[in-house]
Amino acid sequence: MSVEALPAEIAEVAPAARRPGTLRIVLRNPSVLIGATIVAFLAIVGVVAPWLGTIDPAEINPVFRNKKPGVERTIRGDDGKETAFVHRFGTDSLGRDVYSRVVYGARVSLIIGVTVAVLSVAVGLTIGLIAGYIRWLDGIIMRVMDGLMAIPAILLAMGVVSLSRAGLLAVVIAIVIPEIPRVVRLVRAIVLSIREEPYVEAAITVGTPTPLLLVRHVLPNTIAPLIVQGTFICGSAILIEAILSFLGIGIPPETPTWGNIMAEGRSLFRIHPHNIFYPGVCLAFAVLAINMLGDGLRDTLDPRFAKRV
Amino acid sequence: MYAYVLRRLAATIPVMLIVAVLVFLMLRLTPSDPAAIIAGDNANSEQVAEIRNRLGLDQPILTQFVIWMGKLLHGDLGESFFFKKQVAELIADRLEPTVSLALFTIVLAVAIAVPLGVLAAYRHGSWLDRIVMGFSVLGFSVPVFVIGYLLIYVFAIELNWLPVQGYQRIGQGVGGWLQRLILPAMTLSVVLIALIARITRTSVLEVMNEDYIRTARAKGQTESRVLVRHALANAAVPIVTVIGLGVAALIGGVVVTESVFTIPGLGRLTVDAVLARDYPTIQAVILLFSLAYVLINLLVDLTYTFFDPRIRY
Repeated sequence: MSVEALPAEIAEVAPAARRPGTLRIVLRNPSVLIGATIVAFLAIVGVVAPWLGTIDPAEINPVFRNKKPGVERTIRGDDGKETAFVHRFGTDSLGRDVYSRVVYGARVSLIIGVTVAVLSVAVGLTIGLIAGYIRWLDGIIMRVMDGLMAIPAILLAMGVVSLSRAGLLAVVIAIVIPEIPRVVRLVRAIVLSIREEPYVEAAITVGTPTPLLLVRHVLPNTIAPLIVQGTFICGSAILIEAILSFLGIGIPPETPTWGNIMAEGRSLFRIHPHNIFYPGVCLAFAVLAINMLGDGLRDTLDPRFAKRV
Repeated sequence: MYAYVLRRLAATIPVMLIVAVLVFLMLRLTPSDPAAIIAGDNANSEQVAEIRNRLGLDQPILTQFVIWMGKLLHGDLGESFFFKKQVAELIADRLEPTVSLALFTIVLAVAIAVPLGVLAAYRHGSWLDRIVMGFSVLGFSVPVFVIGYLLIYVFAIELNWLPVQGYQRIGQGVGGWLQRLILPAMTLSVVLIALIARITRTSVLEVMNEDYIRTARAKGQTESRVLVRHALANAAVPIVTVIGLGVAALIGGVVVTESVFTIPGLGRLTVDAVLARDYPTIQAVILLFSLAYVLINLLVDLTYTFFDPRIRY
């Protein structure tokens, strides 16, 4: 949100000499800076993928199968003109351009990471607030969460995927479900400690209705830890999606995701390691950057949490 | 102590019961009819109805659950849709490779990570410390299969030191068994090493400033004895805890690693079962892995008294 968008009265109340803004403190942290730069770079790559010298990532070319990186071929455009095209990262066993697939893969991976993070935080926040505030539901909810936590995340995701046809939505839901209990626990712990605070007791005394109390006093306390948690969820979601796709139970194989490119490259790995190498490096870089961002955000936004862990 | 062990064992029952309910409901949530899947494409409606009756799928859901749980407790995990075998038999057949791989990995990870973590804490702020910390961030981020293929490429294809893929049962010779487990175990241990080295460093660092470390040095103990006997021994509880939690990562990693190295274990079975929509097998594997995870963490809790005699139950 930009400063101009703030309502006039808030802008007026703001003191003249301000302490350095949160954004500034956060950006001064080196791991936030490095992580955010790489993530931003990947996001831009994902958005402008069509203009990065790519061709249709799904285009199959039976003549140019399994080519080493750097091989050249001519492409006939719609107007009949022929242009030279270099397969920078080679081609896969269907003759698709690996470079184009890797670039478009950034798009799919980031969309999945962000969607999963937003969904699990939203669902987890709601359930966590309910568990923290409605006593009789607390026991039931937390036991169900304990049960979910006892199932290793990848197995739970695989189980959920097996329930329906493979597709983007099914994969997103399958990754969200194992992440929810972690968010619920975090939110509930915050709610339980906040409700003992004097200002919350004061608010209860003056008769603030519960929904308002949650929104006004409890919710703001969950924002910083949830941003941190959401960042880590985003990273692990990208990793789990790649694992599911790699195992052949994720997103349909024609969609270019890093996991799918690697799954396709498995059978010919001995002769053509590039099909696994390029997407693998991108994946590792993306997850590393997001984890660094998360570490830095935790240290700056949520020092209490940083000490706890 | 025994009373405590029993109490803790009893406390795992509700958790496992909830896992069982979730796993049971999972099958009922499928859009497809299990009876129709078993009957195959050429079955008529009477045959499907007959199978449904035989499996008890026409009973009320609560009755079904009670029957299913009863069978489960007798070790009857049902019959696999896809392999047409008893699931218990299937699992028994696949247990050895997975257990070998998991144990080998844990031993390897602890043997590498704990000394690394201690050294990093001892040389706090040095280049060694930075390398260990950098590796631990990297280890979390590089996907298991990328590490696996990298190791295969370097050690099996380029250097030709080790076999590329496959598994040999321990009964057919320990040498071949070990040889084929080295690369998968190295692959799988990376995440664990990252996790354990990081915690070891932090918890050793925490105790290094304690008075008893200074006392031990003052009475002339060698540095290595100070580190192992005084620092590490007092830093052990968080380290074993994280090993227990790392089992979840290990189980996830097993599924992927077995696919990369074509090891016929439980992980490979899980992937095949998901691909074939073989629900009884999926259910059994999820239950089994969850039970293993819960029990290992219980075991970890119980070792606390050994590592820290001040803790009494």
